[in-house]
Amino acid sequence: MKRTISLRKYHSFFRLRFIQGLQYRAAAAAGITTQFAWGFLLIIAFSAFYESDPAAFPMSFQDTVSYVWLQQAFLALFNTWMMEGEIFDVIANGNLAYELCRPIRIYNMWIARSLANRFSRAALRCSPILIVAFLVPKPYRMMVPPTLGTFLLFILSLLLGTAVATAFCMIVYGLTFFTISPQGVRTLFASLVDFLAGGIIPIPFMPDKVRAIVELLPFASMQNAPLRIYTGSLAAEEVKVTLGLQFFWLIALVLIGSGLCRLAERKACIQGG
Amino acid sequence: MENVKKTSAFRLWLRYVGINVRSAMQYKTSFFLMVLGQFFVSFSVFLGLYFMFQRFHNVKGYTYQEVLLCFAIFLMEFSIAEMVARGFDSFSSMVRTGSFDQVLVRPRNEVLQVLGSKFELTRIGRMLQAILTFVYALPRCGIEWTFPKIVTVIFMLMGGTALFSGIFMIYASFCFFTLEGLEFMNVFTDGAREHGKYPLDVYGKKMLFFGTFLVPYALVQYYPLTYLIGRTDNPTYMLLPLLAILFLIPAYAFWRFGVRHYCSSGS
Repeated sequence: MKRTISLRKYHSFFRLRFIQGLQYRAAAAAGITTQFAWGFLLIIAFSAFYESDPAAFPMSFQDTVSYVWLQQAFLALFNTWMMEGEIFDVIANGNLAYELCRPIRIYNMWIARSLANRFSRAALRCSPILIVAFLVPKPYRMMVPPTLGTFLLFILSLLLGTAVATAFCMIVYGLTFFTISPQGVRTLFASLVDFLAGGIIPIPFMPDKVRAIVELLPFASMQNAPLRIYTGSLAAEEVKVTLGLQFFWLIALVLIGSGLCRLAERKACIQGG
Repeated sequence: MENVKKTSAFRLWLRYVGINVRSAMQYKTSFFLMVLGQFFVSFSVFLGLYFMFQRFHNVKGYTYQEVLLCFAIFLMEFSIAEMVARGFDSFSSMVRTGSFDQVLVRPRNEVLQVLGSKFELTRIGRMLQAILTFVYALPRCGIEWTFPKIVTVIFMLMGGTALFSGIFMIYASFCFFTLEGLEFMNVFTDGAREHGKYPLDVYGKKMLFFGTFLVPYALVQYYPLTYLIGRTDNPTYMLLPLLAILFLIPAYAFWRFGVRHYCSSGS
């Protein structure tokens, strides 16, 4: 009984945030234009590279196109540079004291909030981008996944990827308890993580040795995993390994993050009032 | 009052810069972390280029070194503009909090004051990345550095800085009507910075047309670059970057239009 009540608490918190997030439609419309232009330019640049040397392409051009469109459509789910400004504010300005008074675990509440924000952003943004991506002329058009099974695996991997990205951000929030000045740490981590996640160039485009290492890191379990499962170019064995890695990193990051938060809660020092 | 000499606009701007730099220096750790962060943002783009060219040896006939040169010069143009014109970039908060009212009642030009409101020295991190890339590409791109070519680079820097400042100004002018900064404008600033690492013709004829006549990126990037790397001997390409400075005219006109329509948001 107690368990269901505590879960319901976070569930309603999630719903609240989700609905709140859906209000920002104008911002979403602007974001969609940006992401659409961004995706289009990326694809043209890739096609220029493809023209110069098709043999050097690590995945088919068609798969690359789908990868880019999906990346733009679901950017809100797994990007790590868009963290919650409010959480940083709460830590820096001392309003954390109010959060600590509530009969909830900070870690769980913040995860509920981050997930809600990510899902509401993605819900507003993904469909217009996907619709356009399915309508544009042929070489730039996004493909449907080869089988229903692939599609279901993609959805599972997408959810796991979102969870891994959120769990990673939680660790960064946890660390800010100890540093106060989050801005610098944030930009520093953000660009590095974005690169390792395959945000600048997809991981298959990296040199083989680098790629072998990067694929094992938690960052590859964010966007790289679902986007590559989608195209169906991964063998069944590879899909299993990819999903397994996602599960592993999710558990590891959650353990680290919640441990860090617990430590931080105990040591938290409220700055002024 | 009549005989009180007005400080020149430039001197006044330098004073503004001094104040901004000193205030940033109050938080030294934060400052250095930000500089480092900015450095790495651009470094990851560089790393992306490096990895791509490990695999492909050229794109549309441009070699790795030529693309690096393009990336470095374009990034320098952008970071100087971002450093100087940051006041426009974060102008929305000035409109929303009503502090633009203060600007209007002072007896100096409002553009000068907005420029002076912020000088973002942390962008030096990005600049540093651009300079390092430039220095790396300089001896390797096979260009014989004659006097006209050096002048071309200087013109590119001037034109590009003016162009991006103009874009920031337009971005700010929109805030008079919308109060919020418009996110789609990012395509013209961050988007251009990110995708302008390749010469514009990589994106095809239509983009080149757009970049020549609508938002003249090509004037500070593609055309002078072709002159630099010896694809053309036409010396007029040298002067094209200066033409991009004219972009400031419509930008300023739009800004004036915005100022005239400004109604204070109070508070």
